[in-house]
Amino acid sequence: MTYAASAADSLARAMRADSRVIALGEDVGRGGIFGQYRGLQAEFGIERVIDTPISEATIMGAAVGMALTGLRPVVEMRVVDFALCAIDEIVNQAAKNRYMFGGQGRVPVVIRMPSGIWSASAAQHSQSLEAWFAHIPGLVVVAPATPQDNHALLAAAIACDDPVVYLEHKELWGESADVDPATRMELGSARVCRPGRDLTLVSWSKAVHAALAAAEGAAAQGRDVEVIDLRTLWPWDRETVFASAARTGRLLVVHEAIEVAGFGAEIAATAAEALGIRVARLGAPRIPVGYASTLEAQARISSAAILDKIESLLS
Amino acid sequence: MGGAGPDARPSPDAARRTRLTALYATMLRIRAFEDAAEEASRGGVAVFGQQAAAKPASVRGPLHLSTGQEAVAAGVCANLRRADYLTSTHRGHGHTIAKGADVGRMMLELHGREGGSCGGRGGSMHIADFGVGMLGANGVVAAGLPIAVGAAHSVQIRGAAEIVACFFGDGAINRGPFAESLNWAQVFRLPVLFICEDNRWSATTPTGPLTAGEGAAARARAHGIEARTVDGNDVEAVDAAAAALVDAVRAGRGPRFLHAITYRVKGHVSVDPAAYRDPAELEAARATDPLLRAHAALASLGTGDTELQGLEAAARTEIAAAVALAEAAASAPATSAYTEIQDCGAGRWRS
Repeated sequence: MTYAASAADSLARAMRADSRVIALGEDVGRGGIFGQYRGLQAEFGIERVIDTPISEATIMGAAVGMALTGLRPVVEMRVVDFALCAIDEIVNQAAKNRYMFGGQGRVPVVIRMPSGIWSASAAQHSQSLEAWFAHIPGLVVVAPATPQDNHALLAAAIACDDPVVYLEHKELWGESADVDPATRMELGSARVCRPGRDLTLVSWSKAVHAALAAAEGAAAQGRDVEVIDLRTLWPWDRETVFASAARTGRLLVVHEAIEVAGFGAEIAATAAEALGIRVARLGAPRIPVGYASTLEAQARISSAAILDKIESLLS
Repeated sequence: MGGAGPDARPSPDAARRTRLTALYATMLRIRAFEDAAEEASRGGVAVFGQQAAAKPASVRGPLHLSTGQEAVAAGVCANLRRADYLTSTHRGHGHTIAKGADVGRMMLELHGREGGSCGGRGGSMHIADFGVGMLGANGVVAAGLPIAVGAAHSVQIRGAAEIVACFFGDGAINRGPFAESLNWAQVFRLPVLFICEDNRWSATTPTGPLTAGEGAAARARAHGIEARTVDGNDVEAVDAAAAALVDAVRAGRGPRFLHAITYRVKGHVSVDPAAYRDPAELEAARATDPLLRAHAALASLGTGDTELQGLEAAARTEIAAAVALAEAAASAPATSAYTEIQDCGAGRWRS
């Protein structure tokens, strides 16, 4: 099952099980622009799979109103860059509602924001903004890297009673793997993808795959790298990361997002403070994603660059 | 008409007097609440050229008073049911009271005390009482519109019977969510009544010169939404217009729009003396005070001075008790800074 089909299947199961679960956003009726809603409107009708106007602020704000009055909306923002048109509704409304009204209401919404570089899509369709959302109290932030995780984590996000920022990567939609729809997963739990003794490499979303390739490269050079897919950025699984990093004594965090003020800095600083170990980060340079392939390549994180960073941290 | 026989209905004047008395009582409660809140806020914020008072204010932070705008809240909410939903603005005490919220818990909230509507987490700008369908005031202009539209959409999806009343100011019609939400409500034919409470000020700048076209109602009509404009300081006019519009919304005929023209007699916040304003404009507005007009109308219908004074005294007594309750209550416990944030990853975890 592909990463996109896995998400559609997971949402369909949630909608069959609970009539309060609905989906809304632009182009969801025809299956979403990436196929991640394929077949849902045919099964659940236009009242539960709602094609909306191009009105991101109201898509998100309406989802807050729906959630406060008994529904569990899954919101499509199309790309994370467009979610910025709804930033008040996400940050000031959805995230703050429960707290500022003293718990009178809850906002169980899933805000899907396809994220990351999507080849040749340039500066306004390619960003990775997870650190923005991890900074905001009230939000859970999830970034699945595999079809299996997209199935199980989307189910967990829909079951969550608080707003969840759900970041699927735009270059993972076609990734295919076996998926067990019965697998249950808790938010906030990381996965050790590859055990290792010499260095802990933490990543998430598409960068996990580059991290695994780099770990294989390091193995060829006699370096045994442990790779952890964080899966949930907030709350992040400190226990799993700390247990690994305390053992290896070295921590490298890799993400596709810009390195400056990225979430890797948070993890590295926390681990350095708690464990006193050597830490390093690797993210994109602080440049917009360019259109030409030569420019776009500058914003991508390659396994070669990760391997270089591994070597420097181990030297 | 209006005979005294056993089968006779009350005379039109008697029915009108009963209705107006209730509306006036609501307006008096809002006025008393705003006056008390204003008094408690003195010295709270050293801005707008004001010095902080020697004694710290018991109501802190920005306090946006709806003094002089009571007829809009009272007239609209008299046509709502308890289960109906309402969204409000940063100037939301009046809407909240008129929807039936407990003024004691509201005053506790303004004072930041335990037992407040939001446990001291929200204060004036985030006053709310979900128990009476009041889904929250909002610190962001026009932010209530999408939430109201979503609540109405939810009612439609769930096949429920409630309607949604969505209050916003004249400044809000110049923000994008206004246009988005009107369009959304109309294309999905949602049960929502939009109320533009036009107090003619966008914070400390007059709205008129910054607003193109024919104004709020015209913008609603451009979206195909039936709209009425009403004198927002005439509570009976607001009540009548809201009644007709609410009937249409409740009957499933889609959204409706009420443009109620009133005036903000106070500054943008309680400590703003509004020195930027022409005093003559304020004097003219004071002459159209909605409480004075309701008082005069009741007197002309035969309500005596004693009864009118009794209504006012009852409102003042109720609010004074709320203030006394708030002043005696304990501050919100510091531990509640860490609760009601999120189930997963909240609280004291500072990583």
